[in-house]
Amino acid sequence: MLAKRIIPCLDVRDGKVTKGVQFLKNVDVGDPVAMARYYYNEGADEIVFYDITASNERRGIMLDVVRAVAREIFIPFSVGGGLRTLEDMRAVLLAGAEKVSIDSGAVRNPALISEGARAFGSQCVVLSMQVKKTGARPDLPTGYEVVIDGGRQPTGRDALAWSLEGERLGAGELCINSIDRDGTKLGYDLEITRRISEAVSIPVIASGGAGEPSHLRDAFTTGLADAAIVASIIHYGEHPIPALKAYLKRNGVEIRDAVTVDLAPA
Amino acid sequence: MIAIVDYKAGNLTSVQRALEFLGHRSEITDRPERIAAADRVILPGVGAAGATMENLRALGLVEVLRDRVARAGKPFLGICIGIQVLFDRSEEDAAECLGIIPGRVVRYPRAVDGLPLKVPQIGWNRVRQTRPHPVFAGVPDNTHFYFVNSYYPVPADPSIAIAASDYGVPFTAAVARGNVLATQFHLEKSGTAGLKLLDNFCRLGC
Repeated sequence: MLAKRIIPCLDVRDGKVTKGVQFLKNVDVGDPVAMARYYYNEGADEIVFYDITASNERRGIMLDVVRAVAREIFIPFSVGGGLRTLEDMRAVLLAGAEKVSIDSGAVRNPALISEGARAFGSQCVVLSMQVKKTGARPDLPTGYEVVIDGGRQPTGRDALAWSLEGERLGAGELCINSIDRDGTKLGYDLEITRRISEAVSIPVIASGGAGEPSHLRDAFTTGLADAAIVASIIHYGEHPIPALKAYLKRNGVEIRDAVTVDLAPA
Repeated sequence: MIAIVDYKAGNLTSVQRALEFLGHRSEITDRPERIAAADRVILPGVGAAGATMENLRALGLVEVLRDRVARAGKPFLGICIGIQVLFDRSEEDAAECLGIIPGRVVRYPRAVDGLPLKVPQIGWNRVRQTRPHPVFAGVPDNTHFYFVNSYYPVPADPSIAIAASDYGVPFTAAVARGNVLATQFHLEKSGTAGLKLLDNFCRLGC
């Protein structure tokens, strides 16, 4: 049986982790490579880097981060934030990321999904979307709208319709980030996560709102998520990944035991 | 020297980075003579069976993999699509494959007990070591490994399976026959357990 994945998310600006991570005494919490190494050793199942670098000239810094991470982290990791073209995606994958996460760029140009899937394979392309609860309208049957540019810009697209279109265009996974829950620690938006997960046949990643271990359990059970993004719940040291995994295991959720194998030759 | 077969697809550099981390020298190459001269050969990757076979044919690599690697006793490791193309044929793209190991490759079911099954399988799954093999040295039974696939192999001779897992159905997760070893899961993305298997392969005497 496939394990539910726990995916730490690190926001990176100009090559530095920007927010949240405060708890580690012996690790440079601003260094994305050190942080990735820490979470890798803690048993993270995957890692997401979200590049929030504003200026285009400095975006190459992120590729250096990706190359450095790829030399020592041997679990899948993805990079999102500001990817607009096939060339942007190719650069990140060649630098060593397993997947790319595309968001606003895919809304503006849906062909990015199909072109990415054709060029690199569906398994490389995560369609990420910011969703906002608006209440049902004729053009938004689920009552959840896709928003872009950090939530400022409504798109008029229904979250479920966009998920189905993304799947049809070749996305390998969907990441559903609730803009209402992001940063609230009130738990994932289970309603939209479940509706999308029931409707598509590709994995769904819940994102936004985790504050308690029970929120992850609920995302995996009620929300039918295949994976969950975690940020502040782990960055402050209150709920380390091993504790989250132990909690989920006690609650009957299939998770990956973090086994560390001695690599010294016998 | 370990040759990583470059067939213009797949995630070749991640296998090379893992080998580098473990201290093994490798070369990504599409030249038949380099592959024939290597001490060990790895066929890695992600991709579709049809495109992989087309590329291997176009690059003139089918004969070298079959006759100068697999049949010549050279240690050979297939990963993910690299296990699937070892068999006679795959349901994916109705592809005729390398025929190094008798058997076929089939798709996961679309539903199990009336419940839809998400395909591809993406994520960590438990691997049962069904037959002892030196490549598992130091790796506990039932360790999770990272899978990304829509198809799985059905060997004609079930006794060549060395590991199994479950995704809707029980499936063969790794096979070994003489010098040929192959896994459905990504050794280069499965943490220290994956690295250990990769390292063990690099040290196997055949």
